[in-house]
Amino acid sequence: MSAEAAVDSPAARPDSGPIVELSGLSVGYQQRGRTTLAVEDVNLTIAPGETVAVVGESGSGKTTTANAILGLLPSSGVITAGRIRIAGTDVTGASDRVLRAFRGNVVGLVPQDPMVGLNPTMRIGGQIAEVVRRRGVDKRLVNAEVIEALERAGVDQPVVRARQYPGALSGGLRQRVLIAIAIAGHPRLIVADEPTSALDVTVQRRILDHLGGLVAETGTSLLIITHDLGVAADRADRVVVMQRGRIVEQGEPAAILLRPQEPYTRHLIAAAPALSHAGGVVPCFTDVTPAPEVLRLDGIGKDFRLPRTASGERTFRALDDVSLSVRAGQTLGLVGESGSGKTTALRIAMGLEKPTQGRVHLDGVDITDAGWSELRPLRRRFQLVHQNPYSSLDPRFTVAQTIAEPLVSFRVGDRASRAARVRELLDQVALPAAFADRKPAELSGGQRQRVAIARSLALEPELVFLDEPVSALDVSVQEQILTLLLRLQQDLGVGYLFISHDLAVVAQLAHHVAVLRAGRIIESGPAADILTAPVEEHTRELLGAVPGQRFAAELAASAPPGTKR
Amino acid sequence: MPDKILSPKPDLVAPPEQRAAVARATSSAPAAPPVVTPAGVALPVHATAPAGLAVPAGLAVPADLAVPVGAAAPPPGEAGAGGQVRRRRHDILAAARPLLRRPGFVLAALFVVFVIVSGLVPSLFTSYKPSATVPTDKLKGPSMSHLFGTDELGRDLFSRVLHGSTLTIKATGGAVLIAIVAGLAIGVVAGFFGGWVDGVLMRIIDILLALPMLLMALVIVTALGFGLLPIAIAVGVTITPAFARTTRAEVLRVKEQPYVEAARTGGASWGRVLVRHVLPNSWGPVSVLAVLDFGTAVLTISSLSFLGFGTPPPAAEWGTLISNGRNFLITSPWLSLLPGLFVGLVVFSLNHIARTLEEMQR
Amino acid sequence: MPRYLAGRVAQALLVLWAAYTVTFIILNVLPSDPITLQLSAGGADVSQLTAAQVHELKAHYGLDDPIVVQYFHHLWGALHLDFGMSLTQNVSVGSLITDKLPSTITLTAVAVVFMLVFGLAIAFLATYVQWRPARTLLARLPAVGVSLPQFFVGLLLIQVFSFSLTWLPATGTHGWKTLVLPAITLALPGAAMLAQLLTRSLNDTWREPYIVTARAKGLSRWTIQVRHALRNASLPALTLLGVLVGYTVVNAVVVETVFSRNGIGQLAQQAVLGQDVPVVQAIVLIAAGLFVVVNLIVDLLYSLLDPRVARAARAA
Repeated sequence: MSAEAAVDSPAARPDSGPIVELSGLSVGYQQRGRTTLAVEDVNLTIAPGETVAVVGESGSGKTTTANAILGLLPSSGVITAGRIRIAGTDVTGASDRVLRAFRGNVVGLVPQDPMVGLNPTMRIGGQIAEVVRRRGVDKRLVNAEVIEALERAGVDQPVVRARQYPGALSGGLRQRVLIAIAIAGHPRLIVADEPTSALDVTVQRRILDHLGGLVAETGTSLLIITHDLGVAADRADRVVVMQRGRIVEQGEPAAILLRPQEPYTRHLIAAAPALSHAGGVVPCFTDVTPAPEVLRLDGIGKDFRLPRTASGERTFRALDDVSLSVRAGQTLGLVGESGSGKTTALRIAMGLEKPTQGRVHLDGVDITDAGWSELRPLRRRFQLVHQNPYSSLDPRFTVAQTIAEPLVSFRVGDRASRAARVRELLDQVALPAAFADRKPAELSGGQRQRVAIARSLALEPELVFLDEPVSALDVSVQEQILTLLLRLQQDLGVGYLFISHDLAVVAQLAHHVAVLRAGRIIESGPAADILTAPVEEHTRELLGAVPGQRFAAELAASAPPGTKR
Repeated sequence: MPDKILSPKPDLVAPPEQRAAVARATSSAPAAPPVVTPAGVALPVHATAPAGLAVPAGLAVPADLAVPVGAAAPPPGEAGAGGQVRRRRHDILAAARPLLRRPGFVLAALFVVFVIVSGLVPSLFTSYKPSATVPTDKLKGPSMSHLFGTDELGRDLFSRVLHGSTLTIKATGGAVLIAIVAGLAIGVVAGFFGGWVDGVLMRIIDILLALPMLLMALVIVTALGFGLLPIAIAVGVTITPAFARTTRAEVLRVKEQPYVEAARTGGASWGRVLVRHVLPNSWGPVSVLAVLDFGTAVLTISSLSFLGFGTPPPAAEWGTLISNGRNFLITSPWLSLLPGLFVGLVVFSLNHIARTLEEMQR
Repeated sequence: MPRYLAGRVAQALLVLWAAYTVTFIILNVLPSDPITLQLSAGGADVSQLTAAQVHELKAHYGLDDPIVVQYFHHLWGALHLDFGMSLTQNVSVGSLITDKLPSTITLTAVAVVFMLVFGLAIAFLATYVQWRPARTLLARLPAVGVSLPQFFVGLLLIQVFSFSLTWLPATGTHGWKTLVLPAITLALPGAAMLAQLLTRSLNDTWREPYIVTARAKGLSRWTIQVRHALRNASLPALTLLGVLVGYTVVNAVVVETVFSRNGIGQLAQQAVLGQDVPVVQAIVLIAAGLFVVVNLIVDLLYSLLDPRVARAARAA
């Protein structure tokens, strides 16, 4: 931890002391007269020019800590103990009027989700001008400063963009606009709350690099809030690990990652794919035994009709000549960024959507034109696990009802045998039998995903489609689910078509990998080849965007061999 | 895993991150021994439950049963069919519990129950005959013997209001029944089948919605004549479009849920999906609207009878009573104002119940 | 944009035609014996008439034609603002309406302004004021306004302001003093509904992430409420504004009856009481026309306020 710089008098020379000083901070949320602590006894200082990353999973209190610094706690949030000093001034429990003076000009914020972080009914320029004006800039100069902020945030055509509404901009551009808003106030500290987790990995990397550059250039401090230890290690001078409202461990990235003192930190490191392999994405299966083909997509094309515009009817080619094959008992990882067409490919493979061209074969049977009732007997052999376990379970069904539903639909067995099968499946996905009577609301995300997996296995399918099954889950839970999927494949010999945007996740599971970009397969083959010797630039970019590698590379260069975990 | 139990308890106002934390606390390593209770999730039974408020005897359950979730595993020997039944009852009780904790809701519900009972059996609450005239007691102000005073013929106003309830309840019930049956049918068909059926039905609904409710009711009353039945039909028809709309929107929303797709890919037929998934999950907002519609129907029916389109005298619907009282507004304002306040209270209670139910569903 | 506008106008005319047709069907096809209904409305006791007299009366009112012919006849007339003769009063429907329209238009216009002002003010304050008791009171107030029957509110206002305080007249049609109480009564339920809608919408908007962005800029609550929250929150309320205005206008039937004001509302009440079909039909058409125009204005306002809609409109 950096020196406990004491500030004698707030007014004296605030520039010399730390920008943020939290001492023994506890924050709770009040409801019905009870206060539940979200943050407990947190000590944290951020010196000028320093980049600090707070790492933690959901519920660790990292966002509450950030909100407390900005004075943006919700009305139910109260500081129950400790002090907050901003630029030498004690602002603990200060009124909104006092706190407002610090926001924007001393502490800026880059919020989490760029898609909803901008006012949809106000022009970009106007939203930045609000911050510029708060610095007391002369009216005539505001516009120029707005354009400059956009330019510095890396927005192309800043003059045009300033006149546009957020709806016309992509997610990456909106995130850059939010960065422009943060820097336009010339703050001394920027708080970046999971600034890019809603974006594609490659965009994420570019934006984080840009933000890092800006901060270094101007000597601004940066507080990164993230769930990803890799992101933290790559970019921070100091890493703070939080768990359940408390700081578990903090220090320089190298110290934290190489000599983690706490079991929780070690657990997080193990769960971050790139970190646990000392950098680089390492495929799980290096030699793949040949296996019979279960599913084949042959030259699939899919056109979507776009809403009619002035130029008449247009179509959008979501998939173009996509061919894939999934082998029995093995995993095909289909990787692509949002909009690459991976979900469309999965829906076509499942018969939920009809391709415009090409054929779909299941076990050698052409199912391209099969209707739902023709497909129904085949459904027993291929099942689906959705991305979001919070919406894929009927809230009114108990776990047992959910898992048994495919059995009921196909009239398999009687009440007793179904109950037995449910117990067996619960056991297979490592959930206690007592969970059978619970409803989804009583389960955590990871538990729900286990239930969804159990449901997909109820009919003993040959092939399970996994649509980003872990992307909605916390890192450590992700790890457990992936391990479970691997084990189930070994035990039951089920094949997977695994869809993901994250190559690091795919590497843990896939025998074969196909990379999809803008509706086309740009590269496919055994996982070992694609992940270690990619041919295409885009694949390399995807690989390079996996967080944690920069740190690992630095480490490999400086540290003697053998210090790898 | 004692440390898990010490984790912060969630509450409804805490940010999602906070709530997820506790939910997650129960997940952790799969190899860990079975988690007995998701400690954080179980909302402790509040000592602040409205102990003084009358709770129907059937609902007075042991505290541990009323804990909404995470009541550990059911005791051995209760699995199977018996467990299912228990589970369902447990659910209802668990759902009723937070409602009973709201004094406003309990008061509103009690008042509505009072109005319904007194409307069905007025003699329970008043000994006066609604048509018994006592010329010597005419235009008496409210007192202990005449709660709402007496009218120009010396009839007890409270008794007349309660007997008016009978008519209003019949008309309201009929109107809402029409709306529920027709609205549900149209909404479910349109939302579930989609395509051109949906297109045609929704265009018709749009046009009906384009006419303000009272106007539509006036047109129907003109065509059908006056009295209880025409009014009930008129009001029922006018609240049907909004009901159909909401039902359709709900059915569409649920139909798009991933769990419906999961059921479909699990081999479930559309019939099963409709009965087991779509209908149960759309019912919430639709039922809230149904309660709201009771209030709307009461208001519209009393407006129509105030305008003179209701049951002919001597039977007097609430609106008719208020209309009659207008002639004596200067000397005996209670003749109009007390029945009017009564109607307002009924509607307010119904709206309050609907709003509470809606908040609970959020 | 002109194409968008033309489309909206065509849609509005279609709704108007459909509203006319639906009411025509209800009024002329639904009753088991529409002819007797309409003849007895004209003051004739059908049972006392000979077949020839009935026939003569039918011919007089144009009731002996097939229903389809009658429909097109009336539709053609309505297109020329000719709504035929009243059955209960020996004058044309047109003259009855032109007689009473001005006072009703004044009343409803004032009421709609009151509705907008009250509704906006309550919602604005309920989400801006930070003193908890005031906030709770302002948020709960509309629930009362929505529940009270309008005739009760009218009678209460008369009792208090006319009879007890004698500030304002209880009845009458002339002079601004006679306008105040009816306009307030007429505006109240609509204002309460608008306040409920807007309060909820403003509360939802204050929870949006872009408000956090705005707060992080260091803007004051006032600036955020006025510049960021209000505009976004008014969009959902705006879609229902047409319904609220229609609601307010149609309730003139009740309010004009309570305050004995000579206007379209009272005319409607008497027409329904006398089952005067042509008058009812004409009033429905006027109300529907007004509703359609208001909705057209709302649509245009919407595309001005919401850049997303504006873009779609420009593209069309």
